[in-house]
Formats: sequence, C-alpha cells, structure tokens
Amino acid sequence: MAFFSYLISGLSLGAIYAIIALGYTMVYGIAKMLNFAHGDVIMVGGYIAFTCSISLGVNPYIATIISALGCMVLGVLVERIAYRPLRGAQSLSVLITAIGVSYFLQNVALLIFGANTKSFTSIINMPPLKLFNGELTITAEAIVTIIVCLVVMALLTLFVNKTRLGWAMMAVSEDKGAATLMGINSNATIGLTFAIGSFLAGIAGVLLCSSYPTLTPTTGAMPGIKAFVAAVLGGIGSIPGACIGGFLLGILENLSKAYISSQLSDAIVFSVLIIVLLIRPTGLMGKKQIEKV
Amino acid sequence: MEQIRNIKNKQFIYSLSTALMVIVGYAIMQSVINANLASPLIKGLMVPLCIYSILAISLNLVVGISGELSLGHAGFMCIGAFASCIFTRYMKWLGNESLLIFIIAILIGAVAAGLAGFLIGIPVLRLRGDYLAIVTLAFGEIIKNVINAIYLGVDSTGFKFSMKDSLDLNLGEGGIVIIKGAQGITNAPRYSTFLIGAIILLICVVILNNFINSYYGRNIMAIRDNRIAAESIGLNASRYKLLAFTIGSAMAGVAGVLYAHNLNTLAALPKNFGYNMSITILVFVVLGGMGNIRGSIISAVILTVLPEFLREFSNYRMLVYSILLVTLMIFSNAPALKDFRENLLSKINFGKNKKLINKE
Repeated sequence: MAFFSYLISGLSLGAIYAIIALGYTMVYGIAKMLNFAHGDVIMVGGYIAFTCSISLGVNPYIATIISALGCMVLGVLVERIAYRPLRGAQSLSVLITAIGVSYFLQNVALLIFGANTKSFTSIINMPPLKLFNGELTITAEAIVTIIVCLVVMALLTLFVNKTRLGWAMMAVSEDKGAATLMGINSNATIGLTFAIGSFLAGIAGVLLCSSYPTLTPTTGAMPGIKAFVAAVLGGIGSIPGACIGGFLLGILENLSKAYISSQLSDAIVFSVLIIVLLIRPTGLMGKKQIEKV
Repeated sequence: MEQIRNIKNKQFIYSLSTALMVIVGYAIMQSVINANLASPLIKGLMVPLCIYSILAISLNLVVGISGELSLGHAGFMCIGAFASCIFTRYMKWLGNESLLIFIIAILIGAVAAGLAGFLIGIPVLRLRGDYLAIVTLAFGEIIKNVINAIYLGVDSTGFKFSMKDSLDLNLGEGGIVIIKGAQGITNAPRYSTFLIGAIILLICVVILNNFINSYYGRNIMAIRDNRIAAESIGLNASRYKLLAFTIGSAMAGVAGVLYAHNLNTLAALPKNFGYNMSITILVFVVLGGMGNIRGSIISAVILTVLPEFLREFSNYRMLVYSILLVTLMIFSNAPALKDFRENLLSKINFGKNKKLINKE
C-alpha cells in the first residue's frame, strides 16, 4: 500500500510538472527559445493567489482564475518587451535575456513580499479520499491536480489540432517565413503561445503551492528546471510528450525519494534524462530532425 | 603571405595586450592594497575576481570558440574544488602545509575536472544545441547532488567512505571526517592569495590564447562555423570538440581549487556550484563577447564588482542588475537596433569603424 501512496503522490507532482512543461514545450516549439523565466511566472502565480485569497479574502477558486489571468498578462508583457526585439538574434542572447527576466521577477517578488517563507493555504477544501479501509489515503489536492492536468492536455490538443489559431501555431512552428507569407501574423501567434503558456503556469503555481504550501521568491526555480527536463524528456515541442515526461519525472522523483535516497533523488532524475537523451536524442516523443546541407 | 603575417601580428598583439592587462591590473590593485587605500570589501574581492575571470575564459573556450552551449560549468569547478580540498585537508591532517602542497593540489584539481569533462564529454557532445545545454545542466546538478551525499573520513588504517552518515564511517582513534555530507569540508587550509590567483589567471590566459591560435584552435573554430564543411575536409569534429571541452573543464577545475582554498569551509550549495553559478559565468561570456578572451575577463570583473558597489541600494541591487542585463542584451543584439548601434559606434570611434560598415 505504501508503494501506491508514493505512486499517487508522484503522479500528482508529475501532473504539476506536466502543466508547466506544456508551457515550456509550446514556447520552445514556436519561438525556438528556452524560456528560463517560465519557472518564475509560476512563482508570481503563487503570490497573486496568495495575496487574493489570504490578504483580500477572495474566494479561492476566483483567486486561481485571477492568478492565471495575471500570469497571462505578465507572460505577454515579457514577450512583448524583452523577447520580441530579439527575434532573429542568436539564440544565446535570447537565453541570457530570459535569465535576466527571471532574476527580475525573483527580485521584484523579494522586494514586495520579502524573503520570508509565506505559508500558503490550500485552495482545495475537501477531505482526502480513503480507500481499502483507510490504508490508502489520497489527498484531494492530488486528485484535483491530476484531473486538471488531463483536462488541460485534452483541451490543448483539441485547440492545436482543431482550431484555426492552433493551425496557425503549428504553421509558425514549422516555418515562420512561409507562415508569414500565407498571411499568418507570426508575432501575434507567438504572443498567443506565451499567453497560453503563462496562463497554464499560473494554474500550475496555485496547484504547486496547494500541494507544497511554502512560498518564497525562488519557489518556481527548481520546479521550472524539472518541468523543462520533463519537456525535453518527452520530446520538446510535443504536447503528449510533455505530459508523459512530466508524469514520468514526478513518479521517478517520488519513488527514488522513498526507496533510494532523498538526497540523491534529483541526481537520479537527471541521470534518467541523460540516459534517455543518449538513446533517443530528441526525447521520447520527439520528431527526428533531418540535417540538410 | 602579407595578409597571413598581418593576421599573425594582430593575434600576437591581442594575446600580449590581454596578458599585459592582467599584469597591470594586478600591479595597480596590489599597490592600492599595499598603500592601505583598499577597504576590506575590495581586498576580499580580489581572489574571487581571479576565480571568476578564469571561469569566464574557460567557458568562453567551450561556448565561444567551440560553439557548444554548456550550462554545467559550475559542476566541473565543484569537482576541482573537492578533489583538491580532499588532498590538502588530508595533508593538513598529516601535518603538511606548504606552497608545494597547494601546487600539487592545483594539478589534482585540474586533472580531476579535466578527466570528468572528458568522460562526460564523450557521450554528451553527440547532442546538439539546446539538448546539450540541458544535459550539461543535468550533469552539473548530478555532481553537486552526489557530492552532497558523500561522507569521507580518514584514520590510521586509511580512507573510509560512506553514503549514509559520518558514524557509518567507523573511524578509529585520531581519525577525521574530511567530507561531512551536505556540510562539506570544514577547516580547509586557506592557500589562495591574490598573487597566486593572478599568476594562475595569467597562465590560463597565455595557454588559451596560444591554444586558440594554434592548429587545434583553428580547426575547432572551423568546426564551429560549419561542421559539415569541416568534416568533409577530414576534421574529426567530435574529437576536437572533446578536446576543447576537456581543457575548459580542467581550467574550471583550477578555478575551483582557488575557490576551495579561499574559504574555511567548502560545501556544495546551490549558490556556489548550482546551475545559477553556471548561468552567471555564461552571462560573463556572452556580455564579454563570444570567443573574446579579453572581453570575458573585463566583463567578469565589471559584473562581479558592480553588484558590490550597488550594495548601498541593498535590495534594489539585483533588480538593477537584472534590468541592466536585459537592456544590455536588447541593445547589443536586437536586429532592429543594428543601424543605430553602428552609427553610434562609428561616432565614438571617429570613422575607425566606417570602413567596416562600408564593406557590408
């Protein structure tokens, strides 16, 4: 039974990674940039929800929506101010800019909220589910997180495959120049991708802080990196890949924490990434790139 | 022939001026310190400045010259630091403390980090671009995590190793714990001085400049500029990239040795050996100019000193730093600002750059 409880908490952690990784993977697929500031958008989402629900006394569900919308605005603003001028510049300078944005967000949060850890009250106010005469307890947070992740993935897949905007996104990620010639506004499409990715980051921030109720200006950094690893593991640019990578990573992390060593769990997670990439250099679900001369 | 000679002369002057810059910088700072004009803050900054400069130029070899984005440079620094510190701590326990020990420790650090770079580089350098970046980041984190879980002790019967805790080592009478898990190495001897740091930096600069201008360096740059073309004239791309990666790692290891012996305690924290550190070094390299050794040193010095001088703004300093970083990147790299930048440069240089612009 202990194994199942570790497995389920791993699934719930993995679901959070998966939601964050979806944002990473979409932004990478379309703008071909590693958005290192994505993890800090999660942290901002957590702080917005914290301020709304605890200081202002807003209903927690409305606070979640406010926080997701706030993150969406933030994501679009960051894209507009910091990343758009650099479109067409070499990728390394965009990477450094993203790092600069990440420092900026962390330090703004530090100035407003201070370095002290804020304890976050879970937005989900439901009793845990008890199975097998109480031998297996599943927290409500875990159930909600997993459901939200699956719903988000399904909606996103539908959006990308069935709507005109989704097709535009695919076209831009395939070939930006050709897409522009077909009358697609590629800048607006990239902006839309950032909006969706940051919206998801806001939701992920609230869910993360509900399951692990501590909030500091660097809360988002490590989950951000892990989610990035999940996106690469699943094959960056692929929506189902991000989900599989996220779940795999969460389960792996929790099981190795429980059965091997809590100190080495990160090392194990990263080792698995390296092994997978050495066998399949574009990740589990990634497309093979053909090199043209 | 004339042209080749010109290029060679230019390279020689560049190398010489970089080396001179280090020497003059050292002389000025040392005389300021000798004249008692420097505050303790500035005195304490001297060795870190050397460390960051070495890290920046060694990463420049990997990222700028060889063109491989590595985000795990701090990991190699970590290996160099711990490998050398185990040795010096053991020697201290035996009662040996001298400059010779430190020189051996530097060599140990360089070899250990270089070996790690070589072993990691063999599989990893098969990957390209962003995948390489994430895998090197992962390796950096693995190194830090594993070192945090290691317990190493020594007593009269020899070295003892454990992954559990220090009691598990079963040390005999008079034995000491060298690495205490996450607490790291305590009571490490402090050998690093400004003079040693400056000398090592100078040696690294000379080695790197000679390497870049050598047969190997030119091949590495040819592979960076066009891998397929370089391979088609018979250059083994993986071998040359591995060479650059190994040398870069070894130099990072040397910087780690200096770091380890600049403090009393050495622990693998996210702050000093995590990916944040690797990113900080990368920022030095990118702002200093890719492939530009002198630029790396200048930007490492400025970006290390700047936050210290912004200290009076306390909480705002990192905010200012981040805004500066983003603005600088946009200003120096945005395609839309290219004309504006070139106009500005030609005004500053009084037509020195005009030739260049006309050519384009």
